[in-house]
Amino acid sequence: MPGKLKVKIVAGRHLPVMDRASDLTDAFVEVKFGNTTFKTDVYLKSLNPQWNSEWFKFEVDDEDLQDEPLQITVLDHDTYSANDAIGKVYIDIDPLLYSEAATVISGWFPIYDTIHGIRGEINVVVKVDLFNDLNRFRQSSCGVKFFCTTSIPKCYRAVIIHGFVEELVVNEDPEYQWIDRIRTPRASNEARQRLISLMSGELQRKIGLKVLEMRGNAVVGYLQCFDLEGESGLVVRAIGTACTLDKLSSPAAFLPACNSPSKEMKEIPFNEDPNPNTHSSGPSTPLKNQTYSFSPSKSYSRQSSSSDTDLSLTPKTGMGSGSAGKEGGPFKALLRQQTQSALEQREFPFFTLTAFPPGFLVHVGGVVSARSVKLLDRIHNPDEPETRDAWWAEIRQEIKSHAKALGCHAVVGYSESTSICEEVCILSASGTAAVLNPRFLQDGTVEGCLEQRLEENLPTRCGFCHIPYDELNMPFPAHLTYCYNCRKQKVPDVLFTTIDLPTDATVIGKGCLIQARLCRLKKKAQAEANATAISNLLPFMEYEVHTQLMNKLKLKGMNALFGLRIQITVGENMLMGLASATGVYLAALPTPGGIQIAGKTPNDGSYEQHISHMQKKINDTIAKNKELYEISPPEISEEIIGSPIPEPRQRSRLLRSQSESSDEVTELDLSHGKKDAFVLEIDDTDAMEDVHSLLTDVPPPSGFYSCNTEIMPGINNWTSEIQMFTSVRVIRLSSLNLTNQALNKNFNDLCENLLKSLYFKLRSMIPCCLCHVNFTVSLPEDELIQVTVTAVAITFDKNQALQTTKTHVEKSLQRASTDNEELLQFPLELCSDSLSSHPLPPAKEHLESASSNSGIPAAQRAVTVEKASPVGDGNFRNRSAPPCANSTVGVVKMTPLSFIPGAKITKYLGIINMFFIRETTSLREEGGVSGFLHAFIAEVFAMVRAHVAALGGNAVVSYIMKQCVFMENPNKNQAQCLINVSGDAVVFVRESDLEVVSTQQPTANCQSSCTEGEVTT
Amino acid sequence: MTSELDIFVGNTTLIDEDVYRLWLDGYSVTDAVALRVRSGILEQTGATAAVLQSDTMDHYRTFHMLERLLHAPPKLLHQLIFQIPPSRQALLIERYYAFDEAFVREVLGKKLSKGTKKDLDDISTKTGITLKSCRRQFDNFKRVFKVVEEMRGSLVDNIQQHFLLSDRLARDYAAIVFFANNRFETGKKKLQYLSFGDFAFCAELMIQNWTLGAVGEAPTVPDSQMDDMDMDLDKEFLQDLKELKVLVADKDLLDLHKSLVCTALRGKLGVFSEMEANFKNLSRGLVNVAAKLTHNKDVRDLFVDLVEKFVEPCRSDHWPLSDVRFFLNQYSASVHSLDGFRHQTLWDRYMGTLRGCLLRLYHD
Repeated sequence: MPGKLKVKIVAGRHLPVMDRASDLTDAFVEVKFGNTTFKTDVYLKSLNPQWNSEWFKFEVDDEDLQDEPLQITVLDHDTYSANDAIGKVYIDIDPLLYSEAATVISGWFPIYDTIHGIRGEINVVVKVDLFNDLNRFRQSSCGVKFFCTTSIPKCYRAVIIHGFVEELVVNEDPEYQWIDRIRTPRASNEARQRLISLMSGELQRKIGLKVLEMRGNAVVGYLQCFDLEGESGLVVRAIGTACTLDKLSSPAAFLPACNSPSKEMKEIPFNEDPNPNTHSSGPSTPLKNQTYSFSPSKSYSRQSSSSDTDLSLTPKTGMGSGSAGKEGGPFKALLRQQTQSALEQREFPFFTLTAFPPGFLVHVGGVVSARSVKLLDRIHNPDEPETRDAWWAEIRQEIKSHAKALGCHAVVGYSESTSICEEVCILSASGTAAVLNPRFLQDGTVEGCLEQRLEENLPTRCGFCHIPYDELNMPFPAHLTYCYNCRKQKVPDVLFTTIDLPTDATVIGKGCLIQARLCRLKKKAQAEANATAISNLLPFMEYEVHTQLMNKLKLKGMNALFGLRIQITVGENMLMGLASATGVYLAALPTPGGIQIAGKTPNDGSYEQHISHMQKKINDTIAKNKELYEISPPEISEEIIGSPIPEPRQRSRLLRSQSESSDEVTELDLSHGKKDAFVLEIDDTDAMEDVHSLLTDVPPPSGFYSCNTEIMPGINNWTSEIQMFTSVRVIRLSSLNLTNQALNKNFNDLCENLLKSLYFKLRSMIPCCLCHVNFTVSLPEDELIQVTVTAVAITFDKNQALQTTKTHVEKSLQRASTDNEELLQFPLELCSDSLSSHPLPPAKEHLESASSNSGIPAAQRAVTVEKASPVGDGNFRNRSAPPCANSTVGVVKMTPLSFIPGAKITKYLGIINMFFIRETTSLREEGGVSGFLHAFIAEVFAMVRAHVAALGGNAVVSYIMKQCVFMENPNKNQAQCLINVSGDAVVFVRESDLEVVSTQQPTANCQSSCTEGEVTT
Repeated sequence: MTSELDIFVGNTTLIDEDVYRLWLDGYSVTDAVALRVRSGILEQTGATAAVLQSDTMDHYRTFHMLERLLHAPPKLLHQLIFQIPPSRQALLIERYYAFDEAFVREVLGKKLSKGTKKDLDDISTKTGITLKSCRRQFDNFKRVFKVVEEMRGSLVDNIQQHFLLSDRLARDYAAIVFFANNRFETGKKKLQYLSFGDFAFCAELMIQNWTLGAVGEAPTVPDSQMDDMDMDLDKEFLQDLKELKVLVADKDLLDLHKSLVCTALRGKLGVFSEMEANFKNLSRGLVNVAAKLTHNKDVRDLFVDLVEKFVEPCRSDHWPLSDVRFFLNQYSASVHSLDGFRHQTLWDRYMGTLRGCLLRLYHD
């Protein structure tokens, strides 16, 4: 029993009135961990009880420490009837289990009830004493650090990047158990929340074990998802990248507590006989299981999804590096004859990272993706989740083989997702095929740290664009030219990837968010018929999404996509496709050709006129976009490049008809051979619609940019003003007999209007960029489409921005908003248990009161933070004292990015992974669906912030809302919503604070960010 | 295609000052959108009416959720749900508790009861302020009143501490609470020319000099059942004021007082003859007001009496303000030279405040 958990309940505040007669509450608290429960005394008649309890001590296994959440329940004591629950707080104590993360959890937590929402707050202190564990057969993996961030965390360096780790656990969903018929909604919700909390703890522990076995000490790019499969169960699955990280401040490499590779691992998940052919479609399997891939150069050939390729074969390409990482992996210890096949299976050379240490990425082949349609069946034995494991194994094999076909031995920017409707489930995986530098993947060989590598002058900044595959043995027809940068290697004409733009890539101009949106109606059907129908539709959707992306990219005058994410959502009667990516102009790639329109009936005069009109409009748009995004590549004559002479006459026909049978799809040739322009043939109204929709995408208003990558290529002078937000829209489709076109238009309008609203709402932040724009589509009901967007708006210094017309307005606006930002940094009250309500100090006393609040002179404060920070100093910057600086609530920033502009992350405190359910039976009274969801999301943010503050942090980075499942029943006045969020809790220090500690002027930040801007120009 | 649900939630709660004002002014979403369209925001930003509608709805929803917290401003500071920069919190509170001059003049001195609340319809029609806004303002008055009613200590400090208002606004609320508590009549036609500022000025003087709290360290008395220090007039003081009656009742004293004032002011006053002729009336008026203050009804009519007995007679004789000041200074000071008069401190406590009030009330 290697751990002692200690909990102290200090006080409560703002409790709800539970006794109508006295307008007060007799509150007490139950503290539960595992099967042990402690209670505080009842604090009579108060809405602000002061329990000040003793330390409740739990002696527990570290396995339990990892799995179980600490459960704190606040109740109202009732002498005559049952005690009423006020609400609960679940605290994940995992961050206390690593040596470098938080040492104590202490602070105010919102008391949450799944029916009433937040009902007051409770002040709790939690500590863990860990004993040294000598048991090498243990099942816990304490000490392995987890990061959601999909790059090497800022204050660490990667010693070795081991590779892919995955795990999934399944269970019955409490909502679908028989007992649910007799218990209250609250009990059911709480059972679900608790179960998911337990399952994610277990999952994290199991992944941790795998990491230890690989001799790593951390998981980076950890992505955990829930599949609510309804009747058939609940799946929690996670993927990540195992690494050995080293903290930058301490030179000695951190070794995990248990580094003896236990060969007696209780089970290797993939040790069943791996048959690479199981997933090939055949008549014997009940379900036609199709997988697709597409390559960067418009290929849509079945050939690339060669599922029966011998997987153990090294790529047939000339690139020697293809097999480098494979043989010399960190698994040598496990490389035994009998586990050969298992290893073959296990060794998915996948990386969930999207940004890499310099020199890691050698070449990028293009996007690989695979989808498969599955029928859900009840999970009979939760302890053996083989079916789900096998499904994912299949898909991963598929991805692996696609990568090989592209001459790549690895997949980076890898992610997995599902879409479930009734009993049909679409499993998707995608990533970017790449060739990696094997040095990072091996044990022992790496001596120098990454900084040194950074210093090394890397030979080419265009290297990653060069094709990894053999020119003579191309996996698909592509249009190759010599690299426009080095002129030595071949590059494709366009490049699609799922990763972030490498920092050393040369980009011309700025980037922009590009989205392809698509709906397809489908007949309602049951079970297998339904699955088959979906399988048949998928290739068409992939093809059209791809065409749209390509058209829009060309319309923007750009030649590469980064951060590509294609989401296919399945509903009762339709399929939705939404692809988002950030388009850029890579200097190494050739200038994209324009778009040519060709009519079908050339003899009709007016038609011809119409066509030429359209053509003009398209050309104008391209020219305008080039200006807007500042794309002005240097002119290079074709002869020097030696690119093939374009053949203007030749154009390939795009097959658009939907009636074509799926067999013909395999014949589809998306490549357009060697030609200059991309040709759109307008042969039916359908195509006409497409051209129209191309032109109706409105560019963001001036001063606004948007991208779905971490940062916007071409902008680097960010100020510290950030605003993370979530926006949700649900539309009801009006008519029952919708056409595909009408559906597409509705969906397109929904997304466009949503973006317009965002631009309007955030107009005070101009000049600004929406970064990491993440759209999620779901189809909660027959006629409902739900779009959820999470992004962060960051203001940048406009000295380097576009020369817009309204310079003065913007400048003043920006100043004003910067001031606001300054004011945001009010101090966190150090003494967090002081309950006295503070009056507004008279104006003259601001400064004194602010600095006396913290009790430490400002100059020392920044230093204090560098050390292990004690409780409550989450916010230590209080140079600028605002008018009412006496709030006890510290500011916690949230961002989907892995960094905070203008600030340095000094400490990672642990992963935040929270799951909430909210339900109401009085929907109208809570302001309808909008009021209900608005309040819930605000509450979720509040709970995330409270947990981060309690860990001693002041920001969440790599924040992501992984799920927002909303269900309503207006007739019954009911609604329910499930939200799952995660991120990394961190401590950050403003760069300006580090540099000019003594500066007490509120304008310091503004000035320093301005100077930063000048430096970078 | 209809929007079922449409929300935007920022980690830092977005507050649009213009929309907040529209919300406070009690406009419906539709009216607010129309007003925003008229402000030309669509042209400035290139947004569509639908965007504006969605934005306005969103802000209204946020304000609605914040309103509960605004009822107890310290809660707004300590709550965790909305992350709002302190400057914005202060703005939210200050604007929420701000009131319209036209409205406050209607309810000043009235009992903050349900009965008055029923009259809000009429006030709304009369002032052109939306009923919703009237209700908010009325409820604010009432809420502040309820909270500080039973409290001891400085009225302004109490208000500031419990509602986190600016100094200026807290003083205004102190005046409103003071007037509501003492039910001073302010609605008579005669008093219509007076602004809220005039009354607030008088209220402050009265709180400073005429209440129990004004006596200073008096509350050391263990008897905690004492009246609210700043809200109620000092009963003992009001009783004592009867003693001043001798100034007009004793003919010799009155004549002496008159001659002292006249001697001092001869040649210095433009309206000397009018003053001389009116002295006894004015003095009788001022002293009688003091003597009557033992009755609650007369306390309520204080301002009516002051205007009737002093402001109006002077105004009808076209006294300039400077002459009024000269007169009042001399009138108060001369009493010290009256050997037979023993209530000098009482007189100063009364006249010191009254002089300030009268000078403020003396305008067109």
